[in-house]
Amino acid sequence: MATKLPSTDVVVVGLGWAGSIIANELTDQGLEVVAFERGPWRETARDFNIASAPDELRYSQRQELMLQTAQNTVTARNTPSQTALPMRSWGSFHPGNGTGGAGNHWAGITFRFQPEEFRLKSHLTEKYGAGAIPAELTLQDWGTDWSEMEPFYTAFDQLAGLSGRAGNLKGQIREGGNPFEGPRSEEYPTGPMRQPYGPTLFAQAAKDLGYKPFPVPSALISEAYTNSLGITMGPCTFCGFCTNYGCANYSKASAITTILPVLTRKSNFRAQTNSEVLRVTLDATGKRATGVVYVDTSGKEWEQPADLVIVTAFTFENVRLMLLSGVGTPYDPETQTGTTGRNYAYQTANSVQLFFDDKNFNPFIGAGALGMGIDDFNNDNFDHSGLGFFGGGSIRVTPIGAAPIGYRPTPPGTPLWGSNWKRQTVKNYLSSMSIGCEASSYTTRTNYLSLDPTYTDRLGRPLLRITFDFSQNDLKMSQYCTDKVAGIAKAMNPRQQVAHPMTGHWNTGPYQSSHVVGGFVMGADPKTSAVNKYLQSWDVPNLFVVGASAFPQNPGYNPTGTVGALAFKAADAIRRLYLKNPGPLVSA
Amino acid sequence: MPVSKRLGGAAFAALVVAAIPVGAQVTGDAAFSQVEKGRDLAVLGDCAACHTAPGLPPFAGGVVLQTPFGNLVAPNITPDIETGVGRLSLQDFQSVMSKGIGKGGYHLYGAMPFTAYTKVSAQDNAAIWAYLQTLEPVKNKIEPNQLPFPFNIRASLIGWNLLNFTQGEFKPDPKQSPDWNRGAYIVEGLGHCGTCHTPKNLIGGDKNSQFLEGATLQGWFAPNITADPHKGIGAWSEDEIVQYLKTGANRFDIASGPMAEVVEKSSQHWSEADLKAVAVYLKAGRNGEAKAPAPLPAGDKLMAAGQAVFADRCMGCHVATGAGVPKLFPRLAQAPLVNSDDPTTLIRVVLAGSRAGTTRAASTGPAMPSFAWNLSDQDVAAVLTYVRNSWGNAAPAVSAKDVASLRTSLQP
Repeated sequence: MATKLPSTDVVVVGLGWAGSIIANELTDQGLEVVAFERGPWRETARDFNIASAPDELRYSQRQELMLQTAQNTVTARNTPSQTALPMRSWGSFHPGNGTGGAGNHWAGITFRFQPEEFRLKSHLTEKYGAGAIPAELTLQDWGTDWSEMEPFYTAFDQLAGLSGRAGNLKGQIREGGNPFEGPRSEEYPTGPMRQPYGPTLFAQAAKDLGYKPFPVPSALISEAYTNSLGITMGPCTFCGFCTNYGCANYSKASAITTILPVLTRKSNFRAQTNSEVLRVTLDATGKRATGVVYVDTSGKEWEQPADLVIVTAFTFENVRLMLLSGVGTPYDPETQTGTTGRNYAYQTANSVQLFFDDKNFNPFIGAGALGMGIDDFNNDNFDHSGLGFFGGGSIRVTPIGAAPIGYRPTPPGTPLWGSNWKRQTVKNYLSSMSIGCEASSYTTRTNYLSLDPTYTDRLGRPLLRITFDFSQNDLKMSQYCTDKVAGIAKAMNPRQQVAHPMTGHWNTGPYQSSHVVGGFVMGADPKTSAVNKYLQSWDVPNLFVVGASAFPQNPGYNPTGTVGALAFKAADAIRRLYLKNPGPLVSA
Repeated sequence: MPVSKRLGGAAFAALVVAAIPVGAQVTGDAAFSQVEKGRDLAVLGDCAACHTAPGLPPFAGGVVLQTPFGNLVAPNITPDIETGVGRLSLQDFQSVMSKGIGKGGYHLYGAMPFTAYTKVSAQDNAAIWAYLQTLEPVKNKIEPNQLPFPFNIRASLIGWNLLNFTQGEFKPDPKQSPDWNRGAYIVEGLGHCGTCHTPKNLIGGDKNSQFLEGATLQGWFAPNITADPHKGIGAWSEDEIVQYLKTGANRFDIASGPMAEVVEKSSQHWSEADLKAVAVYLKAGRNGEAKAPAPLPAGDKLMAAGQAVFADRCMGCHVATGAGVPKLFPRLAQAPLVNSDDPTTLIRVVLAGSRAGTTRAASTGPAMPSFAWNLSDQDVAAVLTYVRNSWGNAAPAVSAKDVASLRTSLQP
């Protein structure tokens, strides 16, 4: 039996990007906010200092910043007819843990989604006809549009100090930026990063082929920046310890480098770490959240009552908490009814490796979000008529830093150990590079999230079960886009090039990306969405669920910029609309 | 763990309270503004630095001051009758501030910086006293004098005072501006800047001929804050001095260590007028004409080794030119602390790391990590020698022996 605590105005569940942004906005509004974080307190000064942060064994191999599967994991299967098995170590993706969340160990690539994405189904229907959309797909509109999203993307840009070059400033296309982006109201807060050799070579080849290369927008900032809250960040040093690491140079934007130093100074904010929320409590009608129940490290359960509950955990835990709390109806792939767990999607990772004889890329010079990209084959930026698929990918060269243990760029056919392996490592370490294609993942009827009937966590609660496989649409798209990448690679004239399009079934083993999205999606129709365009639950109006869990499908872009924008959007709706008139903000 | 502060040659003393209840109560219409004024003055003088221990109520005492002569504990100055200052009168308080003599004729040790407070006006003392009277009385018994024999004999302080103490309120200099005079009143008086920043003689008295030229205490070197353009803050503009005191950071430096505490508890709350006055006074101060010494030659062996260590360990944040990043990574080029004769603070932050203070205006709170585990005494000596003699800096080389000795003293 949980011990009941005195009530507070707002409970926030999870102190990553979304939770920290919303907690900061709502404390500015004068509300008393208690935030729960299942992991430890983390901060740059103490945890990620330059003398110890760049430690590949500790952070990359042993994954110190990730959630430990002993605390919570997921089960996985490809189709509804299979039996899912639990992931006992992370592979395909890396759920984060602790203050800052996955935003501590992210790479920092920060695209905005395009205007067409927010009305994807309508857009494709208008352009190609309803019959052109493959029957397996369950694409949806977001219930919002570009004009509603853009101000919140800008708010996130200025919080994070994003570096880049606008390609479309107030409708004006600008040379050197991404011409496919939606019109932005402001230039990037900091200029684009300086580019190493590999991206430079790629950009030249892409340009020669008529494509439009641009610096990859980055949350690793290029120059000192004091953000919209008055917190200072330092320029990136290209040390190459971003992805899987906390940044020691105050260069990579995260909740701990851009929000928490200000948030924790406020007397109306309290962070409760190492406290795992077990469920959102509902009143007898099931239409009102009354707070949350959490467990502390002693195993003692507490009930924290609140007027407003904001769930801002990682995609998986957002959806699992809703399923465990009985919010909404669980999605049923047979009848395609229910919205909790519906429209889970991923990202489709493709690449082409290039081996040269006469180049030196110094691959240890890198950063998680550094490089040049093209969007000519992303999303609906090219004509899909007659191609038999929709979607596309962001093609780019982003050297993340050749880590001493993990980076062994040997050509196919090389043994995995022994003297020939060593010889090939020496031969290719400096002179190889890779072009990636981070591509879209379009939702289907049978890709969804649910509670596992067999496996439980340490407290006896069902684990989240992922049912996912790559759709035929996505596999066709992968082949098409990877062929385009191979064309650019060929123009760069390597000794050897090796294409890796995504093929076959989704496999939990190799790391692909942590861009898991959907399961509690936003939209205009409560039959197919769980939250409205303000991230407010259709069923429980004093509950907001914010994160990539709200994406109805995933375009060929990294998700974090949109997560940040949605957090600002939800906070704005609460401040401007909900507090004046608590209740549903959109009538169903 | 007891809360402790270490005082260098400085300071020697503690306030002991005694009998007879005579309250100097301020009542009537003047009370409100008098108390407000007293509160602001208590902040200006940073009374809390010594008299408020973390976890205890404000001004209930308990901060341990470690001096070279032994420990002193700052007393409870809440108006509790038995354990605080409830039995003191305004006259008793005036005597403490102005003469360093406690109720009943005790001599105070100089850890209570009465050699500076003697300059505080009687009106200001009355306001501070009025404010202290309004505090919640807290029962917290403190034994201030924990010095070993013979330092625990207060009679010895009579001689100390003869050598080190000149009694008397601040006298404005009519030739100087009102700002300068206000600045002098704060810096020399209630602000007691010299307590840390003025070198001490063998018995802990201020070397007044070297006022504010920097001193070592608590294993830190409190830098020269005269107008010396090389070792002091002569290169800082008035606005930059104000910015530093108000936010804890300016384009040159970020407050850390004991100064971070001063900014957090005291100077960030000063009025704009007082900040400006202090800046005017310091800028117009001594040593403005001082000449920089010549740096060590770049070909020096220690310099070459230091440059290599710098490139590996320091350049990522402090950048190749030593320019640092404003408000985040302190500037090393032409920084007073770097050019000080005494490298104690530099060695200390390399070995032990340090965390910047935070204020509302500068909330980042960046940290310098500890390099004790991966830099040898020789490496530290080399890199600091390089830093102290590059980019316009010039200062004596640091020896591995100095590093080794501070390393030992920093062991818990």
